Amino acid sequence: MTAVDVLVIGGGPAGLESAYSLANNGYDVAVLEKEKNICGHLNQAHSLFPNFQNASEVRSAMIDKMTHPKISIHNDTEAIRIKRDIDKWGVETGSGKEFMAPALLLATGFKSFDPKYKEELGYGIYDNVITTTQFEAMCQKGSIVSPHGQKVKRIAFLNCVGSRDEKVGNHYCSRVCCINAVKQSIEAKKVLPEADIYCFYMDIRMAGQFYEELYRKSQEVYNVNYIRGRISEVSPTIDKRLHVKCEDTLSQTPMKITFDILVLMTGIEASLGTVALGQQLNISGEYNFAKSLSLHMADNYSSHKGLFLAGTCKRPLTLPEAVADARSAAGEIKNYLKTLKQ
Amino acid sequence: MTNWGFHIAKSRIIDMDTADLGVYRKVAAKVPSAKLCLMCGACTASCTARNHTPFNLRKNHLLFRHGQFKGLAKEFDKCMLCGKCRLVCPRGVNTRALIYNMRMALDNLNYTRIKK
Amino acid sequence: MTKTYWKTYQSAVADNHYYYERSCIRQSFFPGSENIFLKITRELLNKDIIDDKHLHTCTGIGYYSGVVPIETTMTVVARLFALMTEAGYKNFVPSCVTSFGLLNEMVDMWQHFPEKLNQTKKFLKDATGRTFEMPDNIAHPSDIIYKNREILKAKMKYQLVNCKTNEPLQVVDHVGCHYSKIFPKIVEGGAEFPQVLSGMIKSWGGRNVDYPERRHCCGFGFRQYLVMANRGYSVANTKKKFESMKPYKPDFILANCPGCAMFMDRWQYTIAEMEDITYDDDKRGIPVLTYEELVGLLLGYNPWDLGLQVHQVQVEPLLEKIGIPFDSSDKYRGKNNEVIGSPNKPLNLRVK
Repeated sequence: MTAVDVLVIGGGPAGLESAYSLANNGYDVAVLEKEKNICGHLNQAHSLFPNFQNASEVRSAMIDKMTHPKISIHNDTEAIRIKRDIDKWGVETGSGKEFMAPALLLATGFKSFDPKYKEELGYGIYDNVITTTQFEAMCQKGSIVSPHGQKVKRIAFLNCVGSRDEKVGNHYCSRVCCINAVKQSIEAKKVLPEADIYCFYMDIRMAGQFYEELYRKSQEVYNVNYIRGRISEVSPTIDKRLHVKCEDTLSQTPMKITFDILVLMTGIEASLGTVALGQQLNISGEYNFAKSLSLHMADNYSSHKGLFLAGTCKRPLTLPEAVADARSAAGEIKNYLKTLKQ
Repeated sequence: MTNWGFHIAKSRIIDMDTADLGVYRKVAAKVPSAKLCLMCGACTASCTARNHTPFNLRKNHLLFRHGQFKGLAKEFDKCMLCGKCRLVCPRGVNTRALIYNMRMALDNLNYTRIKK
Repeated sequence: MTKTYWKTYQSAVADNHYYYERSCIRQSFFPGSENIFLKITRELLNKDIIDDKHLHTCTGIGYYSGVVPIETTMTVVARLFALMTEAGYKNFVPSCVTSFGLLNEMVDMWQHFPEKLNQTKKFLKDATGRTFEMPDNIAHPSDIIYKNREILKAKMKYQLVNCKTNEPLQVVDHVGCHYSKIFPKIVEGGAEFPQVLSGMIKSWGGRNVDYPERRHCCGFGFRQYLVMANRGYSVANTKKKFESMKPYKPDFILANCPGCAMFMDRWQYTIAEMEDITYDDDKRGIPVLTYEELVGLLLGYNPWDLGLQVHQVQVEPLLEKIGIPFDSSDKYRGKNNEVIGSPNKPLNLRVK
């Protein structure tokens, strides 16, 4: 049994930022991370929108903060069962360890939509249909190649894969994919200046600082083409490229076009941990994201005393938003712990 | 050949693999602001010619981008180059220069103009 | 590893005791197909299947063309179910894909709108004095063959292999829209990756061609074909498929729908006669087989007993590739061995 002041479930950016902020305020914090490494989805990022900051810089800074003496990181430690004792939260983990603290922060984050569910897009059937995460790994290596060895002349990015789609049960917008597609289009052009890049979208949503500017730059400087229309079918050509069908809705004409690589901008869904713990704690809201007490007034609180929420376990957020939300959660937890002492 | 009273319909699909996309690249090199078009339609909404004809700058610009030139020369001839569209464009596209350059490109491709 | 969702779509096929519904059009387009299916199901698979002489249309073509009102269709479908009930069967097996889609659509509609079911029961009772039970299972015959493909393979004389080169044959599969697209989750592999025909092809030694327009409609389109002024759209869709499959040099096309097999076969003649275009290297066209004809051929039945002589694109080159012997002098002989006359030669499409 490990007893601390605050237990953080989830060692992604939100969990780590909260832990650091609380530790700086003199609290003992334990971070439970189910994976081998901390930093969550940030581990799969090469560069960050909208300013192309190298993701490894942000990761290093996060990891550095975790050397704080008041923080203990527990890797390979998945929270399985959460118990509420009178003024304490107890957590049992998959590895058999037990933790206890007066305050519990849920920062269990998101998972990427599984594009195999969109059968018409051929993910898992055709090797050159990849996810945005796989494309990020290619950018990291600095080499964008077709699995069949052809020269990559055309790359497509398809937005709203698993978002804004009743067929998969997700009516909501994942918010980050549009700008991420713009960023990845530019990354693609940096590696392959001769390639033609096409982004397929239903609406372009650039609701963040410098997003619209980056979108504009992608057109003006990088010649990225934007087609308003959802890809309806992907099939292989005889030379193992991808035959893509859509409607060019702005000219009201069906279109076909062949690509070497199709990148699916998979949306954000509640992670398995968010779903499981949310249901166990009875705080699952819409689409199984964790539900805060009040969106406008108490967004880091849950309906349980001493249980707090931070980051993308609540809804799709960008990295700066999740981190800011984590600091806000730390502030609320600090206030809560003070009231307990009184 | 046999005639059974019907013809095999031609495809209406834009085939980007066979379309000549280079023409637009040349126009865009001369009028770089063309690449900024958001397809908002403000140009078309403000267009005097559109008021009385099917001329649609937004749509025809897009078809030109995609190398679909058939019928476009006659459409662009409806423009009187008054410049109203340029005043309303939120992305600052030089629409007059764009139309003028698309016309010239179509002339070079021997697409039929109204007056010929 | 994440789940491959299409693999979870499975067709439910009853094990035995089938009520067979013949198709309106197949008996003239592909006259051997239904008989050979009945024969194989009874003699090789040892199943009980009834071929009821009281059968009639399901109205599918009229319904999907928008000329038969839905109440009429529901009542006619109810009468088919009444015939099944009277014959003492519970598993409905419609030969035609249009029927398969239509029957499933009506059953689904009755489940969602029970008042329509009650209305249909009343109409049927008033018109014919009959009552009916809902079938326990509706399965397409191609599903029955698919489920039993390994059993049949063990009895086959030939494989889908070029006997001269030992290479697997390149086979295009085409499933009917109303087979997989209306209720994708009740057919093996769903609408995007239907397994029913590609599974047979793979199992019997061939190679399935995955070409860009594989899922595109065959072009029948009901009223698109039936109204002469629209026929140009019908044939244009088929043409689009042929253009897309041509580079793969398919040896033949396999279909499970009467309309698909018909149009992919006959439109090749039409396109050749109108535009002098064919989609093979030899100006003979790409043969189109029904799955029953294919099973029959591989089991070693006489091609002319299977009705292959009524196909527009001639099948002899395909038979030679597989190594199936045939007697050309038998081709146009009738039931009592009399010569029934041979068809006129097309202008552009080459025939034997």
